[in-house]
Amino acid sequence: MKEVDARGLSCPEPIMMTAEALKQTKGPVKVLVSEPHQRTNVEKYAKDHGKKVTVREKGSEFEIVIE
Amino acid sequence: MNLSDSKKKLAIAGIICGLIAAVLAKMGNPANMAMCIACFVRDTAGALKLHSAAAVQYARPEVIGIVIGAFAISLATKEYRSTAGSSPMIRFILGMIIMIGSLAFLGCPLRMVLRMSAGDLNAWVALIGFAAGVATGAFFLKKGFSLGRAHETNFASGTILPILMAGIFVLSVCTTLLAASEKGAGPGALHAPIAVSLIAGLLFGAVAQKSRMCFAGSIRDIILVRSFDLISVIAGLFVVMLVFNIATGGFHLSFTGQPVAHSAHLWNILGMYAVGFAAVLAGGCPLRQLVLAGQGSSDGAVTVLGLFVGAAVSHNFGLAGAAAAAATADKPATAGGVSTAGQVAVIICIAACFLIALTNKRKGTK
Repeated sequence: MKEVDARGLSCPEPIMMTAEALKQTKGPVKVLVSEPHQRTNVEKYAKDHGKKVTVREKGSEFEIVIE
Repeated sequence: MNLSDSKKKLAIAGIICGLIAAVLAKMGNPANMAMCIACFVRDTAGALKLHSAAAVQYARPEVIGIVIGAFAISLATKEYRSTAGSSPMIRFILGMIIMIGSLAFLGCPLRMVLRMSAGDLNAWVALIGFAAGVATGAFFLKKGFSLGRAHETNFASGTILPILMAGIFVLSVCTTLLAASEKGAGPGALHAPIAVSLIAGLLFGAVAQKSRMCFAGSIRDIILVRSFDLISVIAGLFVVMLVFNIATGGFHLSFTGQPVAHSAHLWNILGMYAVGFAAVLAGGCPLRQLVLAGQGSSDGAVTVLGLFVGAAVSHNFGLAGAAAAAATADKPATAGGVSTAGQVAVIICIAACFLIALTNKRKGTK
């Protein structure tokens, strides 16, 4: 699975990196973010693009799987 | 409650912020300055005697409230994260640039929108510069611009700015240490009652935190990801203030006769160009920086310190724009505008933005 590590990055880098990864691969993409607002942003971006999203909390961080 | 997952909720958040601004306008804040982050940080910097411009010294409870409101709501909703380490000194400089550009125009992006809602055409002209600045920043983001990662730090690090803000508030209420503009001296002397300002700030900060309200981000997201989410917050705020201004007779569609404004169009455009550009590089407008600092980001807090120092530099060295003034019994009318020193400063700010944009890349991008 393609992995995007966007932890600690400022807006809108996590979304841009997610968008790029989704463009590059047909398979699922795993995105790591550390801030709740980044989680919402990435989740919403993926849903707006018709993807299925599952989010897991890992400590203070988030693992978002988009397929 | 999640305020940021639909356009409707975001617009409602904007409407709430618009109503808060309307209350502040009604209760005595300066004209077309119900809420302005640049102006209010500048006034607070004056109260702390970082500069001594007698017209603009007052510890604004709104600014203090926004930081503490964002801090409280992020703690309550478990969104508080104490982080630091994403190029802090560059963020400090970006904070200074945002302030110097804002004060050349006489307002941050938030006040620009308030001025637009009151029919101030100078602000509509400045919007061209602001949008162009945001677009330039977005261009560099596409090219891989990044200030690097922030890392989690001790819980306490993120609490420092909220605590300092609370300290300023206590000093302003309980002592006479801080400076305050005297009645009639200028915008610093015009303000809503302290309790109203503080509660308004707390609410505004909480709503801004939940809605991720950001004036630079709203235009940036349209350009980069065709997302109209953040602009719906701003639209809500604009509509409420437009209705308020029309209803209270504060709406005048003109370039001249506007409160605390000037018509040096080129410098309004270039000042706000620097603000838009720097705000995108810093990941958010001045309001967003206060909110980020409140929710634990030491990088946001350093940007806020940059705003304070930028305000001091602007007024100590005469870089801030002068407002146009109508003739009075003992003074002729003045057109206002930006001094030569201020013009040079704005140009340096824009050059510094390009330098920062060109020299900071995300690892792995060309």
